[in-house]
Amino acid sequence: MRIDLFITCLNDALFPRTGEATVRLLERLGHTVHFNPEQTCCGQMHANSGYRREALPLVRRFVRTFRDADVIVAPSGSCVATVRDLYPRLAEWSGDSELLDAVHALSGRVFELSEFLVHRLGLEDVGAYYPHRVTYHPTCHSLRILRVGDAPLRLLRSVRGLALVELPQADQCCGFGGTFAVKNADTSTAMLADKLQHVMATRAEACAAADNSCLMHIGGGLGRLRSGTRVVHLAEILASTEHEVYA
Amino acid sequence: MSGGGIKPAQPFAQAARVTLANAQMRRNLRHATTTIRDKRQRAVSELPDWEALRDEGAALKDHALANLGELLLDLEAAVQARGGQVHWARDAHEAREIVARIAVRHGAREVIKVKSISTDEIELNAGLEAHGVHAIETDLAELIVQLAEDRPSHILVPAIHRNRAEIRDLFRRRLGAELLTDDPAALAEAARAYLRGKFLSTRVAVSGANFAVAETGTVCVVESEGNGRMCVTLPDVLISVMGIEKVLAAWSDVAVFLRLLPRSSTAERMNPYTSFWSGVTPGDGPQEFHLVLLDNGRSAVLADQVGRQTLRCIRCSACLNVCPVYERTGGHAYGSVYPGPIGAILTPQLLQLEDANANTLPWASSLCGACYDACPVKINIPEVLLHLRGQITGQRPLDAEAVAFRSAAWIMSEPFRFEGAIRLARLGQGPLLRDGAIRALPGLLGGWTEARDLPAFPQRSFREWWRTRPAPPAPPERADAAPEPDLGEPLAPHREETR
Repeated sequence: MRIDLFITCLNDALFPRTGEATVRLLERLGHTVHFNPEQTCCGQMHANSGYRREALPLVRRFVRTFRDADVIVAPSGSCVATVRDLYPRLAEWSGDSELLDAVHALSGRVFELSEFLVHRLGLEDVGAYYPHRVTYHPTCHSLRILRVGDAPLRLLRSVRGLALVELPQADQCCGFGGTFAVKNADTSTAMLADKLQHVMATRAEACAAADNSCLMHIGGGLGRLRSGTRVVHLAEILASTEHEVYA
Repeated sequence: MSGGGIKPAQPFAQAARVTLANAQMRRNLRHATTTIRDKRQRAVSELPDWEALRDEGAALKDHALANLGELLLDLEAAVQARGGQVHWARDAHEAREIVARIAVRHGAREVIKVKSISTDEIELNAGLEAHGVHAIETDLAELIVQLAEDRPSHILVPAIHRNRAEIRDLFRRRLGAELLTDDPAALAEAARAYLRGKFLSTRVAVSGANFAVAETGTVCVVESEGNGRMCVTLPDVLISVMGIEKVLAAWSDVAVFLRLLPRSSTAERMNPYTSFWSGVTPGDGPQEFHLVLLDNGRSAVLADQVGRQTLRCIRCSACLNVCPVYERTGGHAYGSVYPGPIGAILTPQLLQLEDANANTLPWASSLCGACYDACPVKINIPEVLLHLRGQITGQRPLDAEAVAFRSAAWIMSEPFRFEGAIRLARLGQGPLLRDGAIRALPGLLGGWTEARDLPAFPQRSFREWWRTRPAPPAPPERADAAPEPDLGEPLAPHREETR
């Protein structure tokens, strides 16, 4: 099928490998992948920080860019949650009924990568090979807004060579929260410290997640501690094979 | 409770530092919240109809809020018909004066109190003190907080931040108790001996209310120790102070909340003591009953379409116990008698978004959403947090932060600007880089690099890669190629986790 990619601004600018891996994975599964360069950012950071007026042009741009797409897939639970959960509220707040209609028409076609693979395509084994000890952090928006459930874990369990180790208190927030990490840096750091402790207790080589924002936070902490544990995006694990290593 | 009120003395980030720097308090908090959290999860999973019960609780509360004016008038009439008196208090000052006037009229020097957050909201104890009346807290945890001249840190477990050894030392010092150990039974016995004397000698009591039924004029208090039962039955005069949102339409509604509340708050199937009283019964219990109906900002909350769901709150504190922010900062950081996620939305709204310190509370959340999942009446706390952030930011003057967000929106509104910004960042990051990561950022973003590295901008963005990549291989002809799924239907939510 033809899949439109939504490569979030963070992935685009800082973590392009995640986007590349997503492309490679979906193509390997036999799909035609399209990237519309008119896309920029979903506007989550603005909406979450209280800048609704500033977020609206980004909402409009997103809706315009993906108007004709059948299926939109993004390697970020958080940004997909923004489209599905925040866009209707922003459109309602703006009083623009056309925008609200367009948002409603769009939201059922936007998917986070793991939920798309498992819940929509019915896949668990995507033919990946990744011979490492990995633990998985289920990011809050995937878990509590998108309700992706254990879709990422089912994918990981099917990866050949991968040893999946359980993360203690996995569903506790890592403390990123967008601007929360800056505005309430002390509290965010305290939450991160516990998350790092749990990650390191697993003695995993890599901590995986489906959001580079959370991974940037966890990875930033692990790096500062020189822990030796890496962070890796789920898409990069799933894209890796014996012949091509993405992560 | 030893004062408090709802006006934070500091912005949240500043107040949070106190607990964050106190290792003992953080350990106490982590231990307590983890224990209650796990117990609650077990208590909730025992009920197969928990989700339906949550929906029912939310619907009953919404119904009551939609008909609030009418129901309060019904409640007033029903209470009066049963020999009680009803007082309407617009704000904290009016409510304090009403209670003080009644106490003074009866010549009371002391009143006993059963846990009531609304009386803390209006700072009743200080108000009574000004009239020469001393309030004695009878709830064990509230007594601990009062004796320590401390402030409560939790709605349900006000002394959650104290451990047993600290309480033993406090009772030795303030009650003269000869405590050899910090055994819970010994601590409870010391408090019981002190309180029993107060119950038997005090003529005026003040209580809160968990619910009030418009249909029957019945007020209800739910508690664990029986000290509340003593308070509402032994004295001659009983004054109950309740927020106007506590009213329920019908007697049968109470049944739903008596199932939702204990499991959500103390993780019990049923709370030990549930007291109901309707007006006055000659020869049995208090012979004078006053009900104070407190607005104090609630009408304004009710008028806000998104914010009004906050008034469904039954003060169970489930949201506090699951909140990762509360677990680290404790209740004091919120600067209000309403801490945690519910406090972060209730406090600023009660103050009608006019208090600068309270207006920092909607940002005291990482928006992880655990509170919404735990709330027995399905208050969408993240939704209200964002709504309040929008309102507060919208009314703020243009500062450095607003300029930064506006610039970011301007850059992101055109792909060529976004791409240009990535290029600039790549060029500009040079001096900040060490071993391939950014270890110190200037200005507004400095908070990030206090404890975290930031990855460097890579040499090539995704869109640059996409433009230059070779054409993809033709899709393989695969027998096992993914079938085309039907994408026409709406996405079904997957709810197998985290409930």
